[in-house]
Order: sequence, then structure tokens, then C-alpha cells
Amino acid sequence: MSIPLSWYIVFATVLFCISIAGIFINRKNVIVLLMCIELMLLAVNTNFVAFSRYLGNPSGQVFVFFILTVAAAESAIGLAIVVLMFRNRRTINVDEIDSLRY
Amino acid sequence: MPMNHAVFQMVCFVAFAVVAVGAALAVVSVKNTVHGVLALVLTFFSAACLWILAEAEFLGLALVVVYVGAVMVLFLFVVMMLDIDLEPMREGFIKYLPIGIAAALIMLVEMLGIIGVRTFNVPAGPDPAGSSNIEWLGTALFTHFLLPFEIAALILTVGLVAAVVLALRVRTFSKHQDAAAQSATHAAGRLRMVKMAAVTAPAPAPAAKEPQP
Repeated sequence: MSIPLSWYIVFATVLFCISIAGIFINRKNVIVLLMCIELMLLAVNTNFVAFSRYLGNPSGQVFVFFILTVAAAESAIGLAIVVLMFRNRRTINVDEIDSLRY
Repeated sequence: MPMNHAVFQMVCFVAFAVVAVGAALAVVSVKNTVHGVLALVLTFFSAACLWILAEAEFLGLALVVVYVGAVMVLFLFVVMMLDIDLEPMREGFIKYLPIGIAAALIMLVEMLGIIGVRTFNVPAGPDPAGSSNIEWLGTALFTHFLLPFEIAALILTVGLVAAVVLALRVRTFSKHQDAAAQSATHAAGRLRMVKMAAVTAPAPAPAAKEPQP
């Protein structure tokens, strides 16, 4: 394998920053926010995979395995909460979900 | 021939990375959420190809199976099931666009500056996994990480139960069977034994007997 490690790092960094920008500009839609979090986890996982390969240590890939597990559970519960919220409030706009404030 | 192989790998990397970054940009910028989810599927698929290029074959395939196959379909279901008015969601888009781009660019420059990309500009050695990535990963997973592996299974179970409990709606007025109540029933709940004095019926008169057909 001849791809330098820095290529993977740059790719993961770009992906992470895109998802940061996505959280900034889509901050009203909960589903897009969840999707941006998934993108962030993907960027982090890419770093883990690349470093695991270049350092010759399997722990990085084991960590990616666990991150995938936790992220799958997280998105399942998050989407269940979104469905519940939509059923009760008829909206998923973050600006309208502020009843805990009053 | 090895030189051509290296160039081919680099070309593949650049192609998959460009597709992944473009699809990620589409995820955060498209108007329709369904298109956003589909772009996210493309991002995950390209990233899985990049992982396979880094000789992490098992995780690349797991990403396709778990994410593209399960999580993204779940997202797609939820997005299509909810009847969302998208217009109010978009109203801050233009307003926050410059801030978002500025924050992302500043973070990008900072992160690339801190990690010092040039210092990592090394090619990899021979594959530490040997011929079988899954064997390499599985050996680590089932020796040093056995307890975390069990906990991961527990987390998945808790996530499953939590999602069901959250999304389950009990309709109080619907006529439905209650299986738990049905199987918890016993004879005393159905039948009441009454103690009463024994009486003897008077013997019927033979003349009143009807002929049997």
C-alpha cells in the first residue's frame, strides 16, 4: 500500500469540518443534525482505521468496531425520539422545542 | 509493475475521496432531506471503499452492511414517514452560511496546522494483518477486548429495547387482545364454585315419556 498516511488525515479533517459547517447552517432540522453527527463519526473512524493500518496495531480497528456499535444504537434511539417528538408536537424544528424553558 | 500499482491506488483514493467530500457537501446543503440521506449513503459507501483501500476489509464491509444497509434505511424511513414542512427549517440557512463556512475553514486550517500533515507523509509498511484482516481483527477482539465486546452486545440490546419503548404507542380505546392477561388467567377467575344442598328430582311418570326418534 503506497498511499501516504497524511492523505487519510486530510480527508478525515475535511469531512469533519464539512459536518461542523453543516451543524452551523442546518441548526433547525434535527434529522440533518443527526446526519451531521454520523458524518463526524465517519471522519473519526477513518482516522482510526488509517492509524491502525500504519502503526500495525489492531486496537484502532477494534475501536472503530465499537464506535460503529454505539453509533448505531445512538441513531436508533435518536430517531425514536424524533418520531416521538413529531407525534406529540407535530414539528421537529429545534426552535419550537423549548417548552422546558418555561 | 509495482509503480503502476501504486499510482492506481492513489488514483482510486483521490476518486473515492472526491466523491465522498462532494456527497458530504450535498448532505449539509441540499434542500430536500431525502436527497440528503441518499447523499449520505453515497458518502458512507465511498468512505467504505477508502477503508478497504487501507486494507481494513472487514470494517469497510461492516460499514456498508450496518450503515448503508440498516442505519441509513432507518433514516430514510423516518424522513419519509414524518410529514415535515421544510420551509421554516431553511430560514436560517443563508444567515448562518457565512458563519458556518468561516468556522469550518478556521477549524480546518487549525487542525491541519496542529497535526502537521508533512510529518505523517510516510508510506505504510507491509500489511500487519498478513493475508487476513478479519483474523487479525478477530484475534484482538476476542482476546484483549472480550469484555468490551460483550458490553457492546449489551448496548445494542438496550438500544433496541429503548427504541421500541420510546416509539411504542399504546392506544387506550382500541379493542385488542391482552395476551398477558389471557395467559395469566386461572380457573378461579372464570368459574365460581357454589356449595348447595343436594336435592333429588322426583321420578318422571312413565306415561309422559316421549317417543325417541
